[in-house]
Amino acid sequence: MREQIRAVIEQHARLSVPIEAVDDHTDLFQAGMTSHASVSLMLALEEAFGVEFPEAMIRKATFQSVAAIEQALLELGGVPA
Amino acid sequence: MNHKRPDLQTAVELVEVDAVARAVRRFGDRYLREVFTEHEISCCGRRGGPLSALQLAARFAAKEATLKLLGPAAGRPGWRSVEVVRLPTGACQLRLRGAAARLALQRGLGPFTVSLTSEAGLAAAVVTCGSAPGTEQPRTMRSSDQ
Repeated sequence: MREQIRAVIEQHARLSVPIEAVDDHTDLFQAGMTSHASVSLMLALEEAFGVEFPEAMIRKATFQSVAAIEQALLELGGVPA
Repeated sequence: MNHKRPDLQTAVELVEVDAVARAVRRFGDRYLREVFTEHEISCCGRRGGPLSALQLAARFAAKEATLKLLGPAAGRPGWRSVEVVRLPTGACQLRLRGAAARLALQRGLGPFTVSLTSEAGLAAAVVTCGSAPGTEQPRTMRSSDQ
């Protein structure tokens, strides 16, 4: 799952560092992801994993790192579409 | 008489216009309905014509700047709870609803004003609001909060 998350991040988060420099706990906002890019990332994750993030989960902490995203997707029962 | 003046809070946000254009192309209505109200969408395009990514980007900047001022510690109000309303004069003002309105009330913030501008592929918004002395203030924003 983490590799698929990283692939979505690489495509949509518009980081200022290469994805290879991002580990599971790297802060994606510190790595250059803007608030606007986090919206695109969320929509892309919904597509890729067949989930819908409820409003209560739409906060910075949910999309802060690969590990945080994985935890959120697991809570939502997400599986690669 | 009490002559205490309320403090003034200011937040600025920049958004890349191309990033908004890409999101509209890639996600279409899902993106628009997640972030913008019907009124905002109707203000950002001519009837039957394409939406203006520049105008959408300016509105996104206004929403983000407002959320910075609100400084939600936990749950973040949805994007649509901050709306840029265009008046018949062409001037814009902010309307807060739901969680954003509750947070503003709780923190004694308001009234809000907004100014939108754009240049060289970037759209920007400056949002100011009063904060009554003695009320709960938003947390200090760090550069990482941008």
